[in-house]
Amino acid sequence: MAFYVVQFLTGLASAASLFLVASGLSIIFGVTRIVNFAHGAFYMIGAYIAFTLTERFSGAFGFWGGVVAAALAVALIGVLVEMVLLRRIYHAPELFQLLGTFGLTLMVEDLVVLIWGPDDLVGRRAPGFKGAVDFFGQNIPSYDLFLIVLGPVVLGILWLLFQRTRWGVLVRAATQDRDMVAALGVNQKWLFTSVFAVGVFLAALGGALQIPRDAVHHAMDLRIIVEVFVVVVIGGLGSIVGAFVAAVLVSELNAFGILIFPKISIILVFLVMAVVLIVRPWGLFGKPEAAARKTPGLTVNPWRPLTSNERLASLAALVIAAMLPLFAGNYALTVGSEIAIFVIFAVSLHFLMSVGGLASFGHAAYFGLGAYGVAFLAKMAGLPMIVCLLLGPLLGCMGAAVFGFFAVQLSGVYFAMLTLAFAQIVWSIAFQWVSVTGGDNGILGVWPASWAASPSHFYWLALGVAALVTIALRIAVFSPFGYALRATRDSVLRSEAVGINAKRIQWTAFVIAGTTAGIGGALFAYLKGSVFPDNLGISLSVDALVMVLLGGVETVSGGVVGAIVYKALNIWLVSQTDLSKLVLGGFIVLIVVVFPKGIVGMLEILAQRRRKSSPPGSSLLAKPIESAE
Amino acid sequence: MKLTVQDLNSHYGPAHILFDIGFEVGDGEVVALLGRNGAGKSTTFRSIVGLVAQRTGRITFEGKDVSAKPTHEIVREGLGYVPEERRIFTDLTVEENLEVGRQPKRPNAPHWNREKLFTLFPNLGEMKNRPGGRMSGGEQQMLTIARTLMGNPSLVLLDEPSEGLSPKIVEQMVDAILTMKKEGVSIVVSEQNLHFARLISDRAYIIERGRICFGGTMAELDARPDIRDAHLSL
Repeated sequence: MAFYVVQFLTGLASAASLFLVASGLSIIFGVTRIVNFAHGAFYMIGAYIAFTLTERFSGAFGFWGGVVAAALAVALIGVLVEMVLLRRIYHAPELFQLLGTFGLTLMVEDLVVLIWGPDDLVGRRAPGFKGAVDFFGQNIPSYDLFLIVLGPVVLGILWLLFQRTRWGVLVRAATQDRDMVAALGVNQKWLFTSVFAVGVFLAALGGALQIPRDAVHHAMDLRIIVEVFVVVVIGGLGSIVGAFVAAVLVSELNAFGILIFPKISIILVFLVMAVVLIVRPWGLFGKPEAAARKTPGLTVNPWRPLTSNERLASLAALVIAAMLPLFAGNYALTVGSEIAIFVIFAVSLHFLMSVGGLASFGHAAYFGLGAYGVAFLAKMAGLPMIVCLLLGPLLGCMGAAVFGFFAVQLSGVYFAMLTLAFAQIVWSIAFQWVSVTGGDNGILGVWPASWAASPSHFYWLALGVAALVTIALRIAVFSPFGYALRATRDSVLRSEAVGINAKRIQWTAFVIAGTTAGIGGALFAYLKGSVFPDNLGISLSVDALVMVLLGGVETVSGGVVGAIVYKALNIWLVSQTDLSKLVLGGFIVLIVVVFPKGIVGMLEILAQRRRKSSPPGSSLLAKPIESAE
Repeated sequence: MKLTVQDLNSHYGPAHILFDIGFEVGDGEVVALLGRNGAGKSTTFRSIVGLVAQRTGRITFEGKDVSAKPTHEIVREGLGYVPEERRIFTDLTVEENLEVGRQPKRPNAPHWNREKLFTLFPNLGEMKNRPGGRMSGGEQQMLTIARTLMGNPSLVLLDEPSEGLSPKIVEQMVDAILTMKKEGVSIVVSEQNLHFARLISDRAYIIERGRICFGGTMAELDARPDIRDAHLSL
């Protein structure tokens, strides 16, 4: 019995940091509508700076002063980031800010290694909380007890801040209607900056307080950001109390899951999140969100099929790409195949995001399912390659059909989080069901048949499939199904009023996108000759998002360009420099600031400017933030 | 002149909405902006306070050119805006809603505080701690006006204050607007309801398809039934 109590208390102690970080993310999202991917990075920097300060200054004052100073210093960094980067992109398409903060995260991951080195750093114990308390023969670290008290105290302080101060009232008002707050004379700029500073301070404090418990390392950002997303979604976006309850729930699930359900401990949290989202889509303490007010005329360039000249140009580009084997070596062809496969992956997500308005954060699940489908068929059933390629993607299709059915019941961030949860569940199954999937060791020896074995043949195969898939999806965009899907994206209510079954259309789109991703995954299995759980992991899902946003989410086929640029740059940078993440992250941030509509979106604007010399009255553009909707 | 609007043109994306709008408001005057649904009344107001990004023209408030300023600075000059959709903060209580609108005193404008506003709108005083989401439409409309008055404006843009309200509440609204006028607040009120406008306004402009097509006193408007019938649905 005592053991379980101690386990429970350990869970509560872990909840403290999680709550701090999650409440920060929640507050920032509530007001700025930015899903701050860099929140984990701020948490990590907080831990690193606190480590340095507490090593440098001794004594109780050195430790506690160091922890608070670290959080303040990171908050200052946050203010700089907000003023220099985020202020420029509040007006960009939804989720574009996610790309910017993702670029920032990449940069930070390399920067901390550059400054603090690649090794784990073990920090000091907290003065005054070094020992342990005996509880019926079990030891509880006294620092854990401190954290258990700290959680509710911070919750109380935040509650007072939001309920009893003018700043808190303004923040709550802005969470609901930013324009109206501006129309009452409040300077949103500083409100946003201060909110961002408070949120980042909480994240960094959460990180700094972890140093007596855990080693500081350069991958702690990704681990926490996923957990924090889960907490915020379960608790309800924008709810501080919800963040607290969910942090406790998630931490306890982690603490007891390993005891009670060791087989499925990793997915337990995601299962709970999926159930919560299906039963209460807006989280335990959240409120159903009013349909977002859309600025009229946001998509200024109506979509149209390619003109015949543009078709010829695309065909020429394809022919040139097909001539690559004439002058490139085997390595370049393998890279080319990989890029072509990622084009398939990117256009599948692009279809879902830009045409359907559904941003999936777990699209790699269907890519990976396609890959595993091929691996099962080839290794276990011993089927020939052509059959595997045709049937393997069906596993992605089935996965998308099942998960998509639930996911399309939600929209916006909640949709994104549910897809993330499903992807994590699939990943955990691949990871833990060792007897079937080989677990971490994956499935090896999935080699192409002799007709496709040479790099040039495989390249032509991948290129051909990529071209076919892109054309097929373009045809779908301009088909009646595409029109219906775009109608549900622009207004679910109005599309239903004209007789469109919105959920079914969105579900169909989800299945199409999942199957297409599965095709990419099937080819990928043959390219690599093996399949691993990473093929359906979060980082691959994020890659897909980045490719789509980079290409331009308001375009028809931006995913193609985004995939080529991102993948080529990624592969090239890894071969050229040890600091590939720093350079790539910097590049992404630059793109976000310079081309807020993505690469293809930017090209479209340039082309339009050339067509008509003067755009209609834009000389009096208000600063973006003032009219941000 | 309190407020002068000249050559105001506004766009939503490629759509041209307002065409060379021009009108003026004198000190302490109540001016009605009349027009049908979709004529451009709300866009005119939103453009004046800088909530429409694509706009050109010259807006002079108390002698200062405010056309290039961001929304919150325009409002802080003393130009209050009451939107039509009653965009109160539903999660916030009545008192908190008023707090969001609070701005420092202004020498050239009447000063409002909670007590004075609760006298003007007695209903609100009885539900100080009620969340805005649990109020009736009429109470919400009163709260929107009270919230803007907390900024001590010298001029208020009132967007369709009578829309969707019961006759009894409309009467209260008329009283409140006349009290505001008596205190010295200049008012531009957009309306479809000519009877309501007549009760409170000194002068009127008629807007149709984004253009001003009439300007004059209420008596002058009454003398031109042809204009009234052509541009206002009665």
